[in-house]
Amino acid sequence: MPELLTGNEAIARGAYEAGVSYASAYPGTPSTEILETLAGYRDVVAEWAPNEKVALECAIGASTAGARALAAMKMVGVNVAADPLFSFSYSGVNGGLVLVSADDPGQHSSQNEQDNRFYAPFAKIPMLEPSDSQEAKDMAAAAFEISETYDVPVLLRTTTRVCHSKSLVSLGTRRVPPHKPYVRNIPKFVLVPGNARLLRAKLAAKLSRLSEYSETTPLNFVEWNGPRIGIVTSGMGYQHAQEVFGNQASYLKLGFTYPLPIAKIRQFASRVDTLYVVEELEPYLEDEIRRLGIACVGKDKIPGNFELDPTIVSAALKGATAVQPDPVAVLPRPPLLCAGCPHRGFFVELGKFARKHHAMLPGDIGCYALGASPPLDALETCICMGSAPSIAHGAQKMFAKFGETTRAIGVLGDSTFFHTGMNSVLNLAYNKSNAIICILDNRITGMTGQQEHPGTGMTLQGEATTEIDIATVVRAFGLKNVRTINPNDLREVRETLKWALSLEEPSVIVTKWPCRLKKLNASDAARYAHRFRHLAVREDRCNGCRNCLKIGCPAIVFDTAREKARVDAGTCVGCEVCAQVCGSDAFVDGELEDA
Amino acid sequence: MPETTSILLVGVGGQGTLLVSSILSRGLVASGRDVKTSEIHGMAQRGGSVSTQVRFGAKVHSPIIGRGGADFLVGFEAMEAARWTPWLKPGARIVVNDLEIPPAPVLMGRASYPSGLVDVLRARFDATVVKAHAIADEIGAPRVMNVVLLGAFVEASGLTDIDWESVIAGTVKPEFREPNIAAFKAGRRAARSAKRAVELAATA
Repeated sequence: MPELLTGNEAIARGAYEAGVSYASAYPGTPSTEILETLAGYRDVVAEWAPNEKVALECAIGASTAGARALAAMKMVGVNVAADPLFSFSYSGVNGGLVLVSADDPGQHSSQNEQDNRFYAPFAKIPMLEPSDSQEAKDMAAAAFEISETYDVPVLLRTTTRVCHSKSLVSLGTRRVPPHKPYVRNIPKFVLVPGNARLLRAKLAAKLSRLSEYSETTPLNFVEWNGPRIGIVTSGMGYQHAQEVFGNQASYLKLGFTYPLPIAKIRQFASRVDTLYVVEELEPYLEDEIRRLGIACVGKDKIPGNFELDPTIVSAALKGATAVQPDPVAVLPRPPLLCAGCPHRGFFVELGKFARKHHAMLPGDIGCYALGASPPLDALETCICMGSAPSIAHGAQKMFAKFGETTRAIGVLGDSTFFHTGMNSVLNLAYNKSNAIICILDNRITGMTGQQEHPGTGMTLQGEATTEIDIATVVRAFGLKNVRTINPNDLREVRETLKWALSLEEPSVIVTKWPCRLKKLNASDAARYAHRFRHLAVREDRCNGCRNCLKIGCPAIVFDTAREKARVDAGTCVGCEVCAQVCGSDAFVDGELEDA
Repeated sequence: MPETTSILLVGVGGQGTLLVSSILSRGLVASGRDVKTSEIHGMAQRGGSVSTQVRFGAKVHSPIIGRGGADFLVGFEAMEAARWTPWLKPGARIVVNDLEIPPAPVLMGRASYPSGLVDVLRARFDATVVKAHAIADEIGAPRVMNVVLLGAFVEASGLTDIDWESVIAGTVKPEFREPNIAAFKAGRRAARSAKRAVELAATA
């Protein structure tokens, strides 16, 4: 009986059935559930790495030791892992190695929309592109075979709608290939120029054999429905094209998309009257097809930005405008920090402090990027993981050089600190700027859905482990001015920022309070408890000043007719940030008020 | 019924659209249909606008619904239902929860929640309006609001050839079976009486 699986679950299942022994990743939407699923299989060592480069290097180690290994990451994570990737492709594998890149067309949860298919030709590694969960499972397994047969790491490239769509999958059983021993092989694994030059030539030969494979593999297949329209397509583009054209077109469906099957493409193109190329994001297939001198219709009609859907493909290629109702006027509904989010209290004070003291506020990647939105307005950059301390440092050096008094206050999260923020803080200590770094330690990787990291004391597979203390780490970097505070205590936040500003030296403020979505153990639950279960507004005290609305809490509703604030008891968790900004003591213990 | 049927479930992050899509897809698979679903994770879940899509038929290709492509819209919140109406096909049916959750601009007192949205939906579309949150409160389990809406959807869509109650029982944890089944039944009843009210109004 086939099961409904997401693409991510299917990739994990395919790797499991193919005998994967090691998997590592840093969480990132839309890739996160691959490792979470693998972690549930016995016989697989599954780990969260602090970042994607480490994840890939660990997988390289496992492969070199003879095991089948997988590393998974979102597309921007591959940028972080690009260093080992571009060189390990020269070495090749021992046990098969598969790198999953989960791209995010439409930028549902990403800072850019890069099309990672280009990594395949750039890093010179073969690439597979599934278009549903069954293919995701089958291709994950095929990728290990290809990796070992051709002695190369393999890129399995998916997109949000493959990762997070469910479709039916037939399951198989796990078959672990015979264990390969580790064999010392200096010419293969030591990439000094003398070896690497020879390996580069070998890699060219491997790719040429892979080009032949691309022509014959069933991963690249033709569905022939007559010569009128031919569609070359891959990934989710195939599903949309099928939806729109059905059996009114013939398809060259490409699952193995680097190296491309040149002869197959030429032959298919020669048999059809009109050739369409349906692909999401960049004209990756189309550029190659045009280079062959083949005329086609592609990005001249189909948008190259954002994700496609059947309506968009139909409008682009059939000129069909779907009859759609006129919109009803509505308000935007941007995401908000949760009620009781420990970042809120910190941002309430940071925003005020920065406006008063003309501070610059570099931010980073995480839920706390919402600190840049109104009404908090307390962050000013969000570029990439771990960047806040480095951007703060570079800016601070220039403020100093040009005699400006502006101070840079960099803000990042705990998981982001362990990711690459550590290097950035180290640089700041080494190169001596007096930027202020705030590490918002909510004891978990929050935005991707509660993943463990080196600061949580737990591994992905649920083992207790060393709990790395952030303050101890930054002190070890030689930073002397380090304070740990409670972000829900606004006076403490305010005074600590004032203290940091007064210093000629760099400083680190660690705010420590768990994410309100984190499941706490008994001792943490006692340690991080709020006094009240929820708050309430005493209407006789509320003067309608709206100060409490400036904290952007979803539990506070303002009744404009009566000019009074109200607390939604079901949403409020009692953090008391609102009570601290209220000038008329209107926020009180909700249970007392109920009684 | 067309070859593939498309259901769009929309609401505010945290309202439980994912459980409903999970029950729906299990039931549809058990009844021998091909099914694809699609959902969005990450940043948007933090109290933002969320959508989950379920498509079923003999053979489903794309997992997502484009503008003008949905046969059914289940709105867990009034303004979210209104937001997604351009995704409806002509003649599509709506099930909407008569509930207003204020978005950030309203919370901040910078805008007012649009008034009369449910009436607009009723006037322009084939809409079944239920007070799913109130029904869930009556059951004594506010979180089963989503399954009330599932019940209303099953009634409104006529997808009644599936034993939904056993699918629900097999999906939720044993300790939550009872309130969820009660919610499902109450949702079906609410949709039936909403329909009767519309018919009465039409004949009056």
